[in-house]
Amino acid sequence: MAEVIWGLATSHVPSIGAAMDRGKTEDPNWKGLFDGYAPARAWLAEHKPDVAIVIYNDHANGIDLDIVPTFGIGTAERYQVADEGFGKRPVPDVVGDPDLSLHLLEQLVDEGFDLTVFQELDVDHGFTVPLSVWTPDPGEAWPCPVIPLLVNVIQYPQPTAARCYALGQALGRAIAAYPEDVKVAILGTGGMSHQLAGARAGFINPDFDAMFLEAIEKDPAKLTALSREDYIREAGSEGIEMIMWLIMRGAMNDQVTKVHSHYFVPASNTAAAIALFDNREPEPA
Amino acid sequence: MTTDSRFDLPGTPVFDGQTSRRGFRMNKLFMSLRYAQNRERFLADEAGYCDEFGLAPEQKRAILDRDWQAMIDLGGSIFYVYKLAMMDGRSMQYLGGVFSGMTEEEFVAAMRAGGRRDG
Repeated sequence: MAEVIWGLATSHVPSIGAAMDRGKTEDPNWKGLFDGYAPARAWLAEHKPDVAIVIYNDHANGIDLDIVPTFGIGTAERYQVADEGFGKRPVPDVVGDPDLSLHLLEQLVDEGFDLTVFQELDVDHGFTVPLSVWTPDPGEAWPCPVIPLLVNVIQYPQPTAARCYALGQALGRAIAAYPEDVKVAILGTGGMSHQLAGARAGFINPDFDAMFLEAIEKDPAKLTALSREDYIREAGSEGIEMIMWLIMRGAMNDQVTKVHSHYFVPASNTAAAIALFDNREPEPA
Repeated sequence: MTTDSRFDLPGTPVFDGQTSRRGFRMNKLFMSLRYAQNRERFLADEAGYCDEFGLAPEQKRAILDRDWQAMIDLGGSIFYVYKLAMMDGRSMQYLGGVFSGMTEEEFVAAMRAGGRRDG
């Protein structure tokens, strides 16, 4: 039986990847962010999964506005790193896990989550930056196969926070029903508060972010009660992407153990955070 | 009957279905700029390239004038508009400054000071 061993929530701001790709992680404007990753990365290096699922949104790179799937899943053997207009990031292409993808798809459709299927998909910074946050030096390959789970967060109406959490719960059941004995990691990406356009561009809400970071661990139901409008007002028009963290959280146990979290402003125009949770039952003392 | 799903939040453009319909052709143009050969063709004849995509005249004018606010107002998604900005060597901080009435330096300083707040 497959088991979710950890969940990593992280911002996916493109400039985080660019800072790594350009060797700027010790730059005074970035050091505080990357120093905050170190404890999570050390723990993650000791807890390697067999397969990972990255919950993310595309940003006009793998898909356009012809078709806007609310939820989608990749079923490919490989996913190329997208050229977003300034050349590909110098990171490995992604190896997928079609067998697990198709299992999850069937289980989720049976539960009423009618995901769009991507048999081909170029993955952009929304996907590769979280992998880099987890594994800064992948070498020739990422640590394990990775499955993309896509969420529309850029065109209104985005799915509700409650629906995202419910999808996550169904995802958790689907993983548990997979007959292979594999360890699964889940990455929920995006956030935290930020707004890119409008007179309110540059908006950051540290109080909301702190509340969200606390509640994602201990009281996700509090976050599912918030409306789309609440997210856009409190976290900014792009901060609503934090709803993707709820899919990760839904797939995990009611009780999780926080390994590490860190909050930093700014990663370019965004409040950035990571939160790493161990999903395994605590060892008896 | 029109469906008005958008709520009014000052200073916050919401990229909803009607906005996306309005900006559809223009956002397609921005998407095409991912490819180097399209960027070259665009730069060689910006107006002609806009005509290929069937833009509304005001959308074409906004692009030719690099009127970033107008592109948003006319249905541009920030993630798509950013493709054009990147081609011009403009950062998201530059755009943030344009939208909020600041220079890029002022905007960067505001972000480094913890970001902007409501009110």
